[in-house]
Amino acid sequence: MDKTTDQLINYTLHLADTTLILAQRNAEWCAHGPILEQDIAITNISLDLLGQSRNFYQYAAVLINQSASHQNKPATEDSLAYLRNEREFKNLLLTELPNGDWAQTVLKQFFFSVFQSLQYEQLLSGSDEQLAAIAEKSLKEITYHLRWTSEWVIRLGDGTDESHERINKAIEFLWEYTGEFFIPADYEKNIEPGITVIKEKWLQKIKEVFEEATLSLPGDVYMQTGGKQGIHTEHLGYILAEMQSLQRTYPGAEW
Amino acid sequence: MNQLQQHIDTSATEKNIWEILQTVPDPEIPVLSVLDLGIIREIKVQEDEVEVVITPTYSGCPAMDAISIDIKLKLAEHGYKKIKITSILSPAWTTDWMSEEGKKKLKAYGITPPILRSDDASDRKIECPQCHSHNTKLLSQFGSTACKALYQCNDCKEPFDYFKCH
Repeated sequence: MDKTTDQLINYTLHLADTTLILAQRNAEWCAHGPILEQDIAITNISLDLLGQSRNFYQYAAVLINQSASHQNKPATEDSLAYLRNEREFKNLLLTELPNGDWAQTVLKQFFFSVFQSLQYEQLLSGSDEQLAAIAEKSLKEITYHLRWTSEWVIRLGDGTDESHERINKAIEFLWEYTGEFFIPADYEKNIEPGITVIKEKWLQKIKEVFEEATLSLPGDVYMQTGGKQGIHTEHLGYILAEMQSLQRTYPGAEW
Repeated sequence: MNQLQQHIDTSATEKNIWEILQTVPDPEIPVLSVLDLGIIREIKVQEDEVEVVITPTYSGCPAMDAISIDIKLKLAEHGYKKIKITSILSPAWTTDWMSEEGKKKLKAYGITPPILRSDDASDRKIECPQCHSHNTKLLSQFGSTACKALYQCNDCKEPFDYFKCH
């Protein structure tokens, strides 16, 4: 396999894994949301992310099957989601972190949605037509996620003493996992114009919403990395164990 | 068969398929056909093979798999044997492609249809499908399916779905 194809496959898997793992996390709220409407909202976002990840996995499967010598079974969206190990997953660390309380959940989604909107806008003008098409489709959905999460960050930050304290705790916990967004992995280095240039825009948007929410940006902290290379926090293994157990126990099971 | 004859046959088949698709309902909002929704992008007829090109409403819409199967079954009922369903993502689906007929059917069904073009950012009040009051409020951007938002009427107090502009 040539290097460019290999990079494109890994990059597509990174996009797929990131959206799948966050979808899985958000789905944990199903039937546990604070009120019915918000339960439906967070699981709707989960469903959007799951659909986006399916589009990326399907594309990755096509690329893998085109380039691989067919000794193994052909890759499918299911085999890529259900039969890869922890070290093979390339999702952003942020997406695998526990939901914690509602503040932590919505802030996690907010940090990601702002990043996702900027990253996918770049994909629109990128050289790969299928990634651009998936991004175009997804961006319409991300608009809702961005609006909803911004509203929640403002509501919690500018709410009661309790909600203000909780969202501040969430900022403190999650912030060190956002630096990784803007450090390109090897397979991302040829993606033009590159994710380093969106860092300023990301910070600007976070700042805007934080100001309205009477919250402040944290100072410089040590930033965690590794997710894009398959080096994860202890949380990912548990997610995969739950998500993959059925296919691992009963290979090929369908319903 | 000469070329002209073949062309006429192909376009007659195509027309017939468009008519058949008018009878395939959306599984989640059965008053709408897949044509009303605007998700059928193209029909290609080549000799004995029929290709239907569809586009999903939302990336995660669980109805898309069911819709593909329903289209195949319905066309098979009408004697088509080789049927291929292709899904494309770009240009992305928009409610601007929903038929006027479809919007009327939605309203009669109790779901307020999308009132604006998707690129229109103006703030207009959504009409209650029960009592037609415009004194309504948004409960949630996310409703019972991905394509709907949840509203409530301040006058008759009924909660209702709004098929959001997308």
